[in-house]
Amino acid sequence: MVSPSQPHPDHATLAEKFNRDEARVDWHDKTLWFIREKRDRAAHTLPEWEDLRETASQIKHRVLDNLHDYLLQFEAQAQRNGVTVHWAATAEEHNQIVHRIIQQAGVTNIVKSKSMLTEECHLNDYLQEKGITVVDTDLGERIVQLAGEPPSHIVLPCIHWKKEEIGELFHRHLGTPAGNADPQFLTGAARAHLRERFMTSRVAITGVNFAVAETGEVVVCTNEGNADLGVQLADVHIACMGIEKIIPERKDLGIFLRLLARSATGQPVTTYSSHFRTPRAGQTMHIVLVDNGRSARLQEESFRHALKCIRCGACMNTCPVYRRSGGHSYHYAIAGPIGAILAPALDMKRHADLPFASTLCGSCTNVCPVKINIHEQLYDWRQVLARQGYVGGVKKIGLTGMAAVLARPRLYRWSGTVGRWFMKSLPALLNNKLNPWYKQREMPAVPKQSFQEWYRQNRQQHGQQR
Amino acid sequence: MKVALFVPCYVDQFYPQVAIATLEVLEKQGVTVVYPARQTCCGQPMANSGFEHLATGCNENFVENFADCDYIVSPSGSCVLHIKDHLHVESAEEKAASIRRRTYELVEFLTDIVQVKTLTSRFPHRVGLHQSCHGQRGLKLSQMSELVAPPFSKTGQLLGLVEGLELVQLNRADECCGFGGTFCVAEEAVSVKMGKDRVADHEAQGAAFITGNDMSCLMHLEGILRRQNSPMKVVHVAEILNAW
Repeated sequence: MVSPSQPHPDHATLAEKFNRDEARVDWHDKTLWFIREKRDRAAHTLPEWEDLRETASQIKHRVLDNLHDYLLQFEAQAQRNGVTVHWAATAEEHNQIVHRIIQQAGVTNIVKSKSMLTEECHLNDYLQEKGITVVDTDLGERIVQLAGEPPSHIVLPCIHWKKEEIGELFHRHLGTPAGNADPQFLTGAARAHLRERFMTSRVAITGVNFAVAETGEVVVCTNEGNADLGVQLADVHIACMGIEKIIPERKDLGIFLRLLARSATGQPVTTYSSHFRTPRAGQTMHIVLVDNGRSARLQEESFRHALKCIRCGACMNTCPVYRRSGGHSYHYAIAGPIGAILAPALDMKRHADLPFASTLCGSCTNVCPVKINIHEQLYDWRQVLARQGYVGGVKKIGLTGMAAVLARPRLYRWSGTVGRWFMKSLPALLNNKLNPWYKQREMPAVPKQSFQEWYRQNRQQHGQQR
Repeated sequence: MKVALFVPCYVDQFYPQVAIATLEVLEKQGVTVVYPARQTCCGQPMANSGFEHLATGCNENFVENFADCDYIVSPSGSCVLHIKDHLHVESAEEKAASIRRRTYELVEFLTDIVQVKTLTSRFPHRVGLHQSCHGQRGLKLSQMSELVAPPFSKTGQLLGLVEGLELVQLNRADECCGFGGTFCVAEEAVSVKMGKDRVADHEAQGAAFITGNDMSCLMHLEGILRRQNSPMKVVHVAEILNAW
């Protein structure tokens, strides 16, 4: 388990490593761009797309404004449906609750469909330490699990793996023939392997895409049907969700389901959108509602809208930085732009680098189906992190000096003239390996005079000189 | 109509020809342009790195220079967006608010305020338009590929008036170039890779020039082109509008 205080390389370092294999970066970029284009085509089939986004954003706004009431309504309805509802203030509490339920069932092997919340809480590691084996049943998640890695993308967990590498991984772990990288064959092998786990697992964990306050049901969207298979074959269903997953009414799904699948993969709808409302006869069903910093976030005007996120991953697919740095460079369960505004709220020191892993291009905000102002929050996080002292010393010293110069017109003019003279006379001062600009780029050519100098010489009339 | 020309610091120091072109393009349209002599910078380098609180002196200087004019016009989408979104001065907030409203990027000033219908410029080359993100998504100089909304392009509209100019279609209409302020050095590897990909898209379309509304993006792309010994050149949109 990764301890929160453990030091780790920052995004820039990990991204630099990722970029050493340029062909791979090109492949990664193109793969994700293909999904972004698929999303564009799917969105363009709905002329009302922008209205859908606005409506979804407003519904989530209402949820955040009344979260307390909606949660209690949801709890009451779920209990009426025969579901046991648990409240967890922290990731640790969530893990303990899940562990206790598994212990009560008396099993040591369980299956789990995709849940970013359990990634956030490091549930697998926690349960493993307690002697419980968790098998992730989403194919992509199973692949990264076999490889001993966290997912690199919330919707496409193994998007950084090539099919040949998956063939090799399956050869080692599942005994498929060496050199076979046929996707259909490998999927068949994974299916046979997972089928055996489904059949023998008496506890199934699922995530939650939407929790309907009106009815107390949870909705889980998958393309593989793995959540359904797990739940239908198990005696105990544990659904784990962050408290922000609430939507007020079932009819709101007409908005959210249309947005989710199109934003995530460009599909009109996910293959399975399964509603879990009451446990079937002989089954018990638990819902774990997790806070883990969310209610604190709710109080921060600049950052609360991040809680609208429906985990579609569109911001990752569109992010030019994510596509060229890979999900693992974000060293957090949720990568990409949305991860970069969620992570610092949990641990500012550990994730202080993430809001800077962006050019603030704003594409993330434009694709977001619930209109989270992601790039503005990245900017706001930078201000918070710098004020709290989490931005590196060199940058701070440099920018303090720069600010002093730019506040003083005469000093600015003098520095410009002197700086340009040095650049021209002693180019080696900057054209060296210590200058990150120069590593792969030429410095701009130095003009013979600045615009101010030109203007004074050519345009300025008498009396204007100051 | 009195227009104050705001020349971003790095344009002033490294690309004076862009500022001169801006001045001349505006004058050709009959606009009276003044250049407040004590201007420096919009404050974005500090603010984008999280040090907005260090930009106080810079912001005060900006307000002092630009309080007295009808419009403030600048050949940079990024610096203009920064002013419009983040210029605040505690002791002169009313003036700052007024400046935020009156500041325009060159192209939008020409299309929206001057309402240019004809140009006397000529640039007989194949040109790729790199949409700078702050100008495009921030100032909405053109429609954004993410949105389901009718297309438009203010820069494209002006370039369409330039004699002989052939605008190429890029594979990725509005991908970021990777400059990103201090990002270009703090995240050198990704920044350069983004720039190389941007250059490659223009190359694939046979562009002889990359143009754009922001010299910062173009400075980054130029650095890559020159390192690659590429025959492709960068040229600011103001230089094209002023070319004959």
